[in-house]
Amino acid sequence: MIDAVRESLLAYGNTGLVAWVVLKILVIAVPVIIAVAMFVYWERKVIGWMHVRLGPNQIGPFGLLQAFADVFKLLFKEVIQPSSANKFLFVLAPLIALVPSFAAWSLVPFDAGLVLADVNVGLLLLLALTSLGVYGIILAGWSSNSRYAMLGAMRAAAQTISYEIPMGFALVSVMIMTGSLNLTEIVMAQAGSKGFLDWYWLPLLPMFVIYFISGVAETNRAPFDMAEGESEIVAGFHVEYSGSAFAIFFLAEYANMILIAFLATVLFMGGWLSPLQGWINADVAWVDWIWKGGWQWTFIKAFLFSFFYLWFRATFPRYRYDQIMRLGWKVFIPITIVWVVVAACLKYFGLVTIGA
Amino acid sequence: MTFELLCFYFFGTVAVVAALSVISVKNSVVAALCLVLTFFSMACVWLLAQAEFLGVALALVYVGAVMVLFLFVVMMLDVDFAPLREGFVRFLPVGMLVAAVMLVEMLMMIGVRSVQAPPGEDPAVLAGMSNMEWLGHTLFREFVLPFEIAAVILTVGLIAAVTLNERKRSHTKLQNPARQVMVKREDRIRLVKMAAEKKGEVAP
Repeated sequence: MIDAVRESLLAYGNTGLVAWVVLKILVIAVPVIIAVAMFVYWERKVIGWMHVRLGPNQIGPFGLLQAFADVFKLLFKEVIQPSSANKFLFVLAPLIALVPSFAAWSLVPFDAGLVLADVNVGLLLLLALTSLGVYGIILAGWSSNSRYAMLGAMRAAAQTISYEIPMGFALVSVMIMTGSLNLTEIVMAQAGSKGFLDWYWLPLLPMFVIYFISGVAETNRAPFDMAEGESEIVAGFHVEYSGSAFAIFFLAEYANMILIAFLATVLFMGGWLSPLQGWINADVAWVDWIWKGGWQWTFIKAFLFSFFYLWFRATFPRYRYDQIMRLGWKVFIPITIVWVVVAACLKYFGLVTIGA
Repeated sequence: MTFELLCFYFFGTVAVVAALSVISVKNSVVAALCLVLTFFSMACVWLLAQAEFLGVALALVYVGAVMVLFLFVVMMLDVDFAPLREGFVRFLPVGMLVAAVMLVEMLMMIGVRSVQAPPGEDPAVLAGMSNMEWLGHTLFREFVLPFEIAAVILTVGLIAAVTLNERKRSHTKLQNPARQVMVKREDRIRLVKMAAEKKGEVAP
């Protein structure tokens, strides 16, 4: 059916090609937006349970429509511009925050061949795109002409840049292991016959842990949510934003969170590969993805990782700013530098098997 | 006109306009943002020229890290550029002259190179590798020594910058976050065992 749609669109020449690409983008972007809405509901529910509360339970069955009610509330609210704000940049900032976080989704492989942009330098492009998101934060803080927003933006930007370095090193170790920057090849390099022991989390265990913690810090989430420390700088960089402009920041942040969960899956936990790979070899219709691997595994693993975000938020108290900086610069960066060398040695002396 | 050529003209125009506005806009933060746009358009041009590693690295290093720090500085300093711009018209002829000389030099260099050796086939394509792979092979096999020397020079620069900034400041109070994080319950409180006081007994 997919091929039929493709053929019928390509028959229109260049216009059809553009329509086909837009269709592919929508197939990824719309589920991401809906996933963000449902993830907000899930977050409130999970944190509620951890606090021995009920969480949202009034709107729709089990409160399932709560997120949509919130979205419509935000969309219908007035967007207030501070009188001395820089008008152009104030409007531009949320968009700059949103675009890179959605663009990065085009690189995520969900299954073998199920990826929008199969880029050769995928990993590098991913790092570049995630580092662009910080402009939205800085511009939002600067253009709203408010001290709280400015301080929040400064903190957020410094934190994001600092944690990009250990994150980059973690990606470098994955690259050394695979010998490629293509995300599909990275997943295929984790295939093998030893089940979940074949994935990169085992030889790169410190990198895996650091990658995920850096991801939490990079998205400015608890316990690293210095950018919006309510008790210190009211709400950080988006304190002057309301209505749909605020909703866009919210969307970008959550899209980034889910993206990090997917990337941790793809880079260290074998993507769509099954944790039972190589142990069972039977052909049973409908359920053989459980041991043969399939897109279902990508989503199951990503769901678990995104659950960790909520778990962290409900568990840990917020770090202090200088403690965050110490953790990034004095703990993570030395460990990652050492482990890059270890990874190179593992690969050079053939201590890990790459690929099936 | 192919789609690629159209893209090239678009990115090129954006780059030139953004580069001009870097030196012409009043607001220094907007100027820095225009510089970001220039870098980004140039990265796009390089991607069009199939130098994918260089393009993405430009976006990653300059747009993603260097310019963010630069914006930091510009925002924090809040420099008033009006007095600095006063001599703009007066020095314009000199500036134009320098720019013209630079343009001629560049054109000569490109002209000499193109006469000497016309650019051949893309070596990455000849070797049957991706641009990135070919770059890695060349950099770490044929040019290891220059590469390492460049790394050492950068490290020296880093150390020099740190030592220049490292001076004893008086009246500063520092806290050591490492020690604060490592603190244990035993360091802070001491539980003392003492006999319970009973009612009616006279304290000694």
